[in-house]
Amino acid sequence: MTRVGTVALNTFREAVRDRVLYNLAFFALVMMASAILVGQISVGIEQIVIVTLGLSAISIIGLLISVFIGVGLVSKEIEKRTLYALLAKPLRRWEFILGKFAGLALTLTVNTAAMSAGLFLALFYVKHSVERADTAVLVAVYFILLKLALVVALAMLFSCFTTPLLAILFTAGLYIAGLFVHEMRNMQASTIDPALGGLLRGISYVLPNFENFDVMGAAAHGRVISGMLIAQNTLYAALYCAMVLAVAVAIFSQRNLK
Amino acid sequence: MAEPAIDIENLTKDYPYGFLQLKKRRSLENLTMQVQAGEVFGFLGPNGAGKSTTIKLLMRLIFPTAGSARILGKPISDIAMHRDIGYLPEQPYFYDYLTAAEVLDYFARFHDFTAAERRERVQQMLKKVGLESAGRIQLRKYSKGMLQRVGLAQAILHDPAVVVLDEPMSGLDPVGRREVRDIILELKKQGKTVLFSTHILTDAEMLCDRVGVIVGGKLQGVGAPSELVGLKAQGMEILFELPGTVESGRELLAQATRTGDRYHLRVEESGLYAAMERLGAAGAKVLSVTQVKPSLEEYFMNLVEADRAQAAAVEVRATK
Repeated sequence: MTRVGTVALNTFREAVRDRVLYNLAFFALVMMASAILVGQISVGIEQIVIVTLGLSAISIIGLLISVFIGVGLVSKEIEKRTLYALLAKPLRRWEFILGKFAGLALTLTVNTAAMSAGLFLALFYVKHSVERADTAVLVAVYFILLKLALVVALAMLFSCFTTPLLAILFTAGLYIAGLFVHEMRNMQASTIDPALGGLLRGISYVLPNFENFDVMGAAAHGRVISGMLIAQNTLYAALYCAMVLAVAVAIFSQRNLK
Repeated sequence: MAEPAIDIENLTKDYPYGFLQLKKRRSLENLTMQVQAGEVFGFLGPNGAGKSTTIKLLMRLIFPTAGSARILGKPISDIAMHRDIGYLPEQPYFYDYLTAAEVLDYFARFHDFTAAERRERVQQMLKKVGLESAGRIQLRKYSKGMLQRVGLAQAILHDPAVVVLDEPMSGLDPVGRREVRDIILELKKQGKTVLFSTHILTDAEMLCDRVGVIVGGKLQGVGAPSELVGLKAQGMEILFELPGTVESGRELLAQATRTGDRYHLRVEESGLYAAMERLGAAGAKVLSVTQVKPSLEEYFMNLVEADRAQAAAVEVRATK
């Protein structure tokens, strides 16, 4: 596992040196501007507006990093041939894949943690207090992180066997499809053809369910998010990531690096 | 007899191509060869001959269609083998956001070094490849030759028993090439096994105990450079100057090649004295007489040309 950690730390260092974390400055500006504006134009709904805006920004920025950097984690190393010298070391291919995944997950965690701190600062600015109900915001942030980990795993999987552009399209497509999993299941009742309904239902269980990770509304209104949902989502993300990464490892382990 | 350091048996590699990847192009065919422990082995061949393919197969960067290979007695699929192997890829490229010292430190972390040992090894390697003063500069500011030196440093960083270098002289200036040659000779002195690919034949002649020549994916010959080219002299070369144009020297001049004011005349060994007499009679000033031996280059070119002729014949038959 030391070797996985070594690859992970280098991936994190790459993100830092390639100025990926500069997006934090943009996020800080958005939060500061919105906190000041919201304070002036909205009465009684400051929390809803700030939380919704903040969580949306955290999610969108995180998604952009996950997809675009996630796709490049493996393909860039192959394209630039930095991988050749590395794989000649006592490093297994699965250790490389896990290390790269862990490195970007670490980058996203640091990035999301910093943005969450900004969000809480903005909340404090408009409310002048932090309440117990605000823990729902923390849970929402945690769910965003789980979602991002899943997106990174998918991006890595696709980049193991296709071009970066196609990998971006596949990942984005799967993410969007994963937002409509419940609709796909409910469509069964309204469709005439039961075979099509069955097919859609089957597909909806295979697709990553990103809808479950969205608790933005509950967090904005300060509603309690159940421990069961937290446990379910954690387990779901862990199992789904493990499965996707296992397939990525299986493909990458057979790949010829020309 | 001791076990070879590198033992390759019937290694074959096909690359699929075409839209559906159903067609196959053979890049390496039934390669069988051994590199003995402690020897410097040169792997020669023109571009696209299969040198890099062989090396990538040994490093498990690509997988064989057929055949097997062992390094230090272990199958190449055994990850433990990589502890004792150093590898320099062709035209190496490393993380350009890191400095040379950081890259070496990163690679050293995959071996069993303590932090103090790592620091010491990194400094030693930077010094050895002449990058001591540039060790703290990010690699994005490095020239191709400097990257090649970093590549060499990371290959020998962990003191491996077998060093595999893919075109180690590529991109280096004469000083850099000399330094790489010195490092290879030093590795040999330390008893390491070195396999390196090159198409620079003078380097191979200078450094290698044995060479293997590969053309068109097939091994065409293995042996010491002198064994391969043969030791029998191919003739004599007379270097001379001719102050004025003399009638009797015309015939000789027609056979000679001119470089500046000097002429090179190649004659049979048996015809040397007769040629010298004629040159003397023509008023030529003989500067030197040397024996002409076949070079590795000639041997190499003969193989390449034979392969091209064979390929052309196959193409003609195919189009008929």
